[in-house]
Amino acid sequence: MGYSGFRVIREGLRRRTGWTPVWRDPAPQSEYDVVIIGGGGHGLSTAYYLAKEHGITNVAVLEKGYLGGGNVGRNTTIVRANYLLPGNSEFYSHSLKLWEGMEQDLNYNTMMSQRGVLSLVHSDGQRDAFVRRGNMMISQGDDAELLDREGVRALVPLIDFDNPRFPVYGGLLHRRGGTARHDAVAWGYARAADRRGVDLIQNCEVTGIDIEGGAVRGVQTTRGPIRAKKVAIVVAGRSSQVAAMAGMRLPIESHVLQAFVSEGLKPILDTVVSFGMGHFYISQSDKGGLVFGGDLDFYASYAGRGNLPMAEHVMEAAMTLMPAIGKARVLRSWGGIMDMSPDGSPIIDTTDTAGLFLNCGWCYGGFKAVPASGFATAHLIATGQPHAPAARFRLDRFRTGRGLLDEEGTGSQHNLH
Amino acid sequence: MRLPCPLCGDRDRREFYYQGAAVTLNRPAPEADADAWDAYLHLRDNPAGETRDLWYHEAGCGAWIMVTRNTLTHEVLGAELIEGVPA
Ligand SMILES: Cc1cc2nc3c(=O)[nH]c(=O)nc-3n(C[C@H](O)[C@H](O)[C@H](O)COP(=O)(O)OP(=O)(O)OC[C@H]3O[C@@H](n4cnc5c(N)ncnc54)[C@H](O)[C@@H]3O)c2cc1C
Ligand SMILES: [Zn+2]
Repeated sequence: MGYSGFRVIREGLRRRTGWTPVWRDPAPQSEYDVVIIGGGGHGLSTAYYLAKEHGITNVAVLEKGYLGGGNVGRNTTIVRANYLLPGNSEFYSHSLKLWEGMEQDLNYNTMMSQRGVLSLVHSDGQRDAFVRRGNMMISQGDDAELLDREGVRALVPLIDFDNPRFPVYGGLLHRRGGTARHDAVAWGYARAADRRGVDLIQNCEVTGIDIEGGAVRGVQTTRGPIRAKKVAIVVAGRSSQVAAMAGMRLPIESHVLQAFVSEGLKPILDTVVSFGMGHFYISQSDKGGLVFGGDLDFYASYAGRGNLPMAEHVMEAAMTLMPAIGKARVLRSWGGIMDMSPDGSPIIDTTDTAGLFLNCGWCYGGFKAVPASGFATAHLIATGQPHAPAARFRLDRFRTGRGLLDEEGTGSQHNLH
Repeated sequence: MRLPCPLCGDRDRREFYYQGAAVTLNRPAPEADADAWDAYLHLRDNPAGETRDLWYHEAGCGAWIMVTRNTLTHEVLGAELIEGVPA
């Protein structure tokens, strides 16, 4: 049954007796047309768009833990389309458009809030770089506005504008960017996929990929073997392990990224602020907590928790930018395992095994990509052709050197993104 | 995390620059084919468990070391100077 304001009131009056579980809990069938490994944002959206856009509903999503227990439920929820390079621009642009229609499409409140993303400028050189980026965003059809110092002050008075090391010169404002409730995005896609007939199978770890004569035949799992005509690997930080089951070695290194949240405060920050020079960004959740983070811990890790040096660095950056928030207590910190690619951009592609597809390399930016990545992966699985806005996310770009997508311009090398 | 520099002893992680997987010790010959260079530059085992990677003791003695450690637990199992690592 659909969700609506009317239903909320009616269920309130009926003492909430009419709510039922949001999705089924089916036992795995012995065979599917498509098996998706990984029930994060990207796996769930892939399943949903397979059903919705291509009418392919004999699909299972296999998740080793619970739906949304991976990075999709650990990120800092920032959604934006402020990329520079052709290849990335059109993809994140498409994604933002899907975000804008998501709640209606899924019939689910994902708390999408276009509160704006403000990237701060602290030098003339940085301003020039942001003017260029802003022009690229506008020519892609997205929005960008250059603010001067007073423009930034009007928006975020909380900043220390006269910090001697990082005086604020202005900022690039992307008004259509913002935040969304991360869990709700996983749940919304899960429910919508389930309603179209997709089997969501939790506590089901894939332990092997069956390949015969160069074509995929199915998977081995902790809940028994499952045959499949097509299989997609959509497991983010665990991509190397699962791809190894198909004999592949990936251009991926797994790193921990941390995030932090403060106690709940009254509203003090109504936009997302990115302080790139300090490797720091912050927003305030609807519950009132300040949600903030910084860089990777910067060494290969699957520990799912962060190290102290980066926690200290993030706190120092916070105090540099917004000294007032030093009075707030930090409530929690956590980490997620990021699938880092050498050039910092993702991979959505076929593999040398017929019927086996790969979606990975999202680095620390794959939440905003959830809708467009699922859309593109479903398109690739259903038609065998890449979806146009994602056509440059090729696996072989590292081997050939053609079409590298090094958004930061630091070089296509593992420890640089 | 502390890393046991063979010259300086146990030192804080902050003193070290992280280079990445020790696979980069095995540089292919200049005329090697694209696959060999791809494997060297990009492809990684990326193990969830024991790994060997390269660190530079930047704020210490300046040595390059190869550390054996566990990526799941952050337990450090040992370290050696890379000049002693057989090619
Ligand atoms: C702290 C932090 C902050 C972030 N902030 C942002 C942000 O502000 N904006 C943004 O755009 N992005 C952000 N990201 C990145 C974003 O969260 C990820 O890129 C994205 O969620 C990854 O895709 P996913 O949702 O499919 O991954 P996941 O949710 O990790 O899904 C992968 C799933 O695969 C499952 N799996 C693994 N192995 C197997 C197996 N063998 N069998 C079955 N299932 C398996 C896992 O259990 C997991 O549930 C952040 C990440 C972190 C950690
Ligand atoms: Zn030393």
